[in-house]
Amino acid sequence: MDIKRKFAAFVLLMLPGVNALADWDLNMREGVTAISREIYGLHMLIFYVCCVIAVFVFGWMIVALVLHRKSRGVEPAQFSHSTKAEIIWTLIPVVILVAMAVPAAKTMVKIEDDRNPDITIKATGFQWKWQYEYIDEGVSFYSNLARTSNDARRLDSGIDPESVPNYLLEVDNHVIVPVNKKVRVLITSNDVLHAWWMPDFAIKKDAIPGYINQVWFTAEEPGIYRGQCAELCGQDHGFMPIVVEVLEQEAFDTRMAALKVEYGVDAPKLAATQ
Amino acid sequence: MSTATHNDAAHDDHHDHGPELTGIKRWLFTTNHKDIGSMYLIFSLIMLFVGGAMALVIRTELGQPGMQFVQPDFYNQMVTMHALIMIFGAVMPAFVGLANWMIPLMVGAPDMALPRMNNWSFWILPAAFGILLSTLFVPGGAPAGGWTMYPPLVLQTGDAFPMLIFAVHLMGISSIMGAINIIVTIMNMRAPGMTLLKMPLFVWTWLITAYLLIAVMPVLAGAVTMLLTDQFFGTSFFRAAGGGDPVMFQHIFWFFGHPEVYIMILPAFGIVSEIIPTFARKPLFGYDSMVYATASIAFLSFIVWAHHMFTAGMPLTGQLFFMFTTMLIAVPTGVKVFNWSATMWKGAMTFETPMLFAIAFLFLFTIGGFSGLMLAIVPADFQYHDSYFVVAHFHYVLVPGAIFAIIAGVYYWLPKWTGHMYNETLGKVHFWLTTIFVNLTFFPMHFLGLAGMPRRIPDYATQFADFNMIATVGAFGFGLSQLLFVVIIVQCARGGKKATAEVWDNPRGLEWTVPSPAPHHTFDEAPIIK
Repeated sequence: MDIKRKFAAFVLLMLPGVNALADWDLNMREGVTAISREIYGLHMLIFYVCCVIAVFVFGWMIVALVLHRKSRGVEPAQFSHSTKAEIIWTLIPVVILVAMAVPAAKTMVKIEDDRNPDITIKATGFQWKWQYEYIDEGVSFYSNLARTSNDARRLDSGIDPESVPNYLLEVDNHVIVPVNKKVRVLITSNDVLHAWWMPDFAIKKDAIPGYINQVWFTAEEPGIYRGQCAELCGQDHGFMPIVVEVLEQEAFDTRMAALKVEYGVDAPKLAATQ
Repeated sequence: MSTATHNDAAHDDHHDHGPELTGIKRWLFTTNHKDIGSMYLIFSLIMLFVGGAMALVIRTELGQPGMQFVQPDFYNQMVTMHALIMIFGAVMPAFVGLANWMIPLMVGAPDMALPRMNNWSFWILPAAFGILLSTLFVPGGAPAGGWTMYPPLVLQTGDAFPMLIFAVHLMGISSIMGAINIIVTIMNMRAPGMTLLKMPLFVWTWLITAYLLIAVMPVLAGAVTMLLTDQFFGTSFFRAAGGGDPVMFQHIFWFFGHPEVYIMILPAFGIVSEIIPTFARKPLFGYDSMVYATASIAFLSFIVWAHHMFTAGMPLTGQLFFMFTTMLIAVPTGVKVFNWSATMWKGAMTFETPMLFAIAFLFLFTIGGFSGLMLAIVPADFQYHDSYFVVAHFHYVLVPGAIFAIIAGVYYWLPKWTGHMYNETLGKVHFWLTTIFVNLTFFPMHFLGLAGMPRRIPDYATQFADFNMIATVGAFGFGLSQLLFVVIIVQCARGGKKATAEVWDNPRGLEWTVPSPAPHHTFDEAPIIK
């Protein structure tokens, strides 16, 4: 595309209404785990607390801005101190903060309780893809950006991203997990920092070379959940999504058996004996 | 606070340091705090436009989904350079420029305490940014690993890597020298009678900021030097393969980085604390508690650094400690906001451009404070971290926070510098355009982050398209509006209505006792403060 056409396309897209797939998500999603719902609750609580404070503080300022202006012919007062007021507006925020800190700390303790997982998956970040290993199953595979997205995201590909299903949020190999099972994810990296972010599980953890970070989730609803790498990791940082498919136990077992054949560490041996 | 007992007259002619230099030499060799202050301010304005142009490259690419204009690697270069230039090239030098101009005038000193070092600390900056900007043309391009320079990614930088480190060292040296100069000036050169608790709040906030600079710039220098030796001399400070620890860099960096955040906002608090009393025609409410709140914020800034890295993995107790200390910052910050509100309360306000920007600062900085409070809640931070919610947060505290305060300060003191009133109508137009567009740019980013858009990505899933488009429109509006700022400044420098010594309606402070424009040399004889 030459500059003129680029500009024309740009202006066109600027026009409201042209974009048919309007999606005006305003808020955090609740997610599908007990923890993610709790975090959503905390998020809304602190948000409402901020709103109430904002009403008071901004209200106070606005009343002053309306009433105490020179054009209304008021004489400026000359007070400049009030110990009582200072104490009040130091103590009230402290009380609010303590009230916020308690539930937040409780949730933290729950998040850190990673005992007794049912299944363990190791996620390793690479520039620019994820590798997943099912430790107990001996299954290991890479998860790359889906071909359709990868073609469309090239500079001047000529492919409309709107025409690509789940543009930039689809991979060739989904991670599969069983529903209502405690899944532990061990996160590390093979090269630079990455971060494993799954908004629907309220999990974000850095993948760091030399470290193994640990997170867990118990997804309560079957479905396909999509996230992305959240730590700048080089040129294709924006192009290494994470897709987790939560399956009923039976479906999970069937899929896992198929994965074992395709990606099991002893798959070649298996194939040779058959 | 302080009132002068007599007006100091200008004595431009009785100095005996040889013939006045002219042309470029005057600026190269100047040791005058006003000249150096002007150079700092002009430099930072240029950098604002350079960094702003990079922001517009970013916003252009993000205008719609798909890659239309730049390659992802160049996008990352823009992201990295935009941050480095805005932080070290625009915001910090602007504050140092204001400090150079105003601190001697406010404390009744004839100049900065160390004028030759002052010259050097300025002239290092063009060299530093010359090096930094030239990395755009070296093999491998400019640094693209983010301004935080996290290893191992930053070690993949091409030829730009040592240039980046050297440029950061130079900026650090410049900042440290500037800070030493400011501390020495404030501590030793106050006019007789100006005790510490009579100093204008801008002087107080800068004094505390200068200590923060001295404390943390060497930490940054140490961190980047370790990167340098990891890259070229076989050390393994941060290389996991050699037994090093990539997370240690983050700890060291943010031990610098968090005080750095306050380095960029405390002087803004000072400016706003000067402007609001003037236009409310009422003394600042709770002067002492403002000083103590500033000092508390500075202290807390040293014990909250790990809230930038909650997702890096940390023991539960560590996460709780950093959550609680971070939340605690809301208390002194709240005290400041309440004090400003109480200053306006029952005043007789007028709304000239500096006051408009100061009021916008109050509202919009508070919004940034709210999102900061939300980010402190660790479990919720797991969702916010490295998303556009964070981008919205820190742009709210840095743009309608720090930069609005700088703009307010420029309008406030411009008549003192040039001797002319700026065009008030254009100033108001500039204010409204800037305020509308700044919100159009950054407010939708809250929604993008909450909906799950990571930061520092050149392309995004299609459900993020609409808010990104709005942000891009806002960014162009914001950028173009700043051209008006330049027009107003140039007009004001060239002429206009003569400004009186007081400029405003009975403002407090020694700077208003000298004529406008402030003569080249002021306070040759120290004023007496009652």
